[in-house]
Amino acid sequence: MYRYDEFDHKIVTDRVNQFRGQVNRRISGELSEDAFKPLRLMNGVYLQLHAYMLRVAIPYGTVSSKQMRMLAHIARKYDRGYGHFTTRQNIQYNWPALDRIPDLLEELASVEMHAIQTSGNCIRNVTADQYAGAIADEIEDPRIISEIIRQWSTFHPEFSYLPRKFKIAVTGHENDRAAIKLHDIGIVIVRNDKGETGYEVHVGGGQGRSPFIAKKLTNFVPAEKLLAYLEAVMRVYNMLGRRDNSYKARIKILVHETGETEMRRLVDEEFERIDASQMLSLPEAELDRISAYFAPPNYENLPAQSEVFEAAKGSNADFNHWVKTNLVPHKTPGYGIINISLKPIGGIPGDATDVQMDIIADLAERYALDEVRVTHEQNLVLPHVKLDEAKEVYDILCAHDLATPNIGLISDTIACPGLDYCNLANARSIPLAQEISTHFADLDKQYDIGELKIKISGCINACGHHHVGHIGILGVDKKGTEFYQISLGGSADEQASLGDITGQAFTEDKVVDAVDTIVETYLNLRQPEERFLDTYRRVGMSPFKEQLYAD
Amino acid sequence: MAQHSSKGARFQAVTANRLNDGEVVYFKDNGWIENFAEAEIADGQEAAEALLTRASPDNMEAFILDPYLFEVSESEDGFTPVSVRENIRAKGPTVRTDLGKQAEAG
Repeated sequence: MYRYDEFDHKIVTDRVNQFRGQVNRRISGELSEDAFKPLRLMNGVYLQLHAYMLRVAIPYGTVSSKQMRMLAHIARKYDRGYGHFTTRQNIQYNWPALDRIPDLLEELASVEMHAIQTSGNCIRNVTADQYAGAIADEIEDPRIISEIIRQWSTFHPEFSYLPRKFKIAVTGHENDRAAIKLHDIGIVIVRNDKGETGYEVHVGGGQGRSPFIAKKLTNFVPAEKLLAYLEAVMRVYNMLGRRDNSYKARIKILVHETGETEMRRLVDEEFERIDASQMLSLPEAELDRISAYFAPPNYENLPAQSEVFEAAKGSNADFNHWVKTNLVPHKTPGYGIINISLKPIGGIPGDATDVQMDIIADLAERYALDEVRVTHEQNLVLPHVKLDEAKEVYDILCAHDLATPNIGLISDTIACPGLDYCNLANARSIPLAQEISTHFADLDKQYDIGELKIKISGCINACGHHHVGHIGILGVDKKGTEFYQISLGGSADEQASLGDITGQAFTEDKVVDAVDTIVETYLNLRQPEERFLDTYRRVGMSPFKEQLYAD
Repeated sequence: MAQHSSKGARFQAVTANRLNDGEVVYFKDNGWIENFAEAEIADGQEAAEALLTRASPDNMEAFILDPYLFEVSESEDGFTPVSVRENIRAKGPTVRTDLGKQAEAG
């Protein structure tokens, strides 16, 4: 894992001290709210419905056991005993008092964490594949370039006042688990014909009011030129992106209005200029230095098959089910990647208590080479667990309600905080996730339905990724009452697509029935081996619409 | 800002968030209280505007954030906020009834 150098430490400590002064001046009345609001937003502090909310950055979703213990400690000491993992691989605390946040940030800094780049119109916290470094057939660990991008983008003076926020995601694997095509910039690590590693760059994806799939602007940028290329994209956006209307200020609108070809030309022109100056060439020594932080941990030399593991599967059907859904093969023989579901049946997607976070930290330290990952689907991952010890980990997870065997299934819903917490929301999201998961609680039924991703947002800003849900649900407000619009056929993977709206919105009490109707229609229509998304793509909207609006 | 009252709203109250901890507060008798049930209710548009004016003196801005009017309706049990949003603000998250004002009311 990356460890801070003296510059990182200084930057973070200075920022905490600066913010402490700003908070003190605000509370004494010296600073007005208008002056203070942008300052607090630069430090991840939002004002929500009931209290302030603090969003803590988890760069590329990787934390150590020590950091996870600190997240638990913060939940206990400064909040109400829990935190909420988000679709940006971050964690949010829902109840911190403003006057205590500087102390909170100081404690976070002691474990090399902060709330920088979690808010405001800057380049936000970089996200990456949660299986980085652990999954087979990866071209390069995406965290290496993510860390380099983090260092380049942190407090970048030219890009501190962008037209709007800017999100970058990276994957090093052909199976996209980082939703790169729904980001302002999505990077795919690729290898060319000569066997050289480089970067494919997608630009202008995003959700919100105007959703777009990103356009691939280049097939290959070599490692030493990637920052120059990214800087070119950012500069074109910063110069030409709209600032007159916040709904039209994201780069996706610029790409859409400029056109893919012209956008590519503008970026290439700027890229050539930066490249010729050699100001931003990444030295190989620096690349090697950062890569070393992400060198594979010391795996033991183990046989591919674990007798203990196979025996446990044979004798315990529940464990066997959990392995099928939650354990993914590791690139190293004798190891597995364990997904920890934060979607217990009827629970709040993405929430974890301080006790659970402590348990997960212990598990990481004892069984997973000291690492935990956060997924953009609001679950956690223990990336390197010996198969010999998987059953021990499972038993501990079970004892703390962390072993729901539902990864990728209908109850593994993404949901934003919605109107239960969020100041921007029009409708609640969490209760729908809870009702749907309770309705489909039966595991046999869930396995029969197979992969089905439901994503729920409480407003058009789409934090719950509803546009790319196989079934997407969007909360809308009609004169103070909640309604929900349903869409079908969205996907956030390498074959990304935006969902199609079924038609008229549903009242809250009709949503579960509607989802049930959609699922039944799929089960009746599906051909062998077809997932929901395959069936939808084959038959289209009509049969679903007919059933949904039959009366 | 979002509209928190319908055009023909008769009863309205004023709410805001408190600076130091973000707590939801309501205006009453030239001060701010935490419990909606005790909030001052204005009857009619003119009274509502007068209430908001009283709640928004210049020196208040330092400690109370963004006061605004919202619609309430009268029932047998007293007044209740009309919108889902203001009901949630008055009580706490519907998915965590152990938290927020609803828990303290206990």
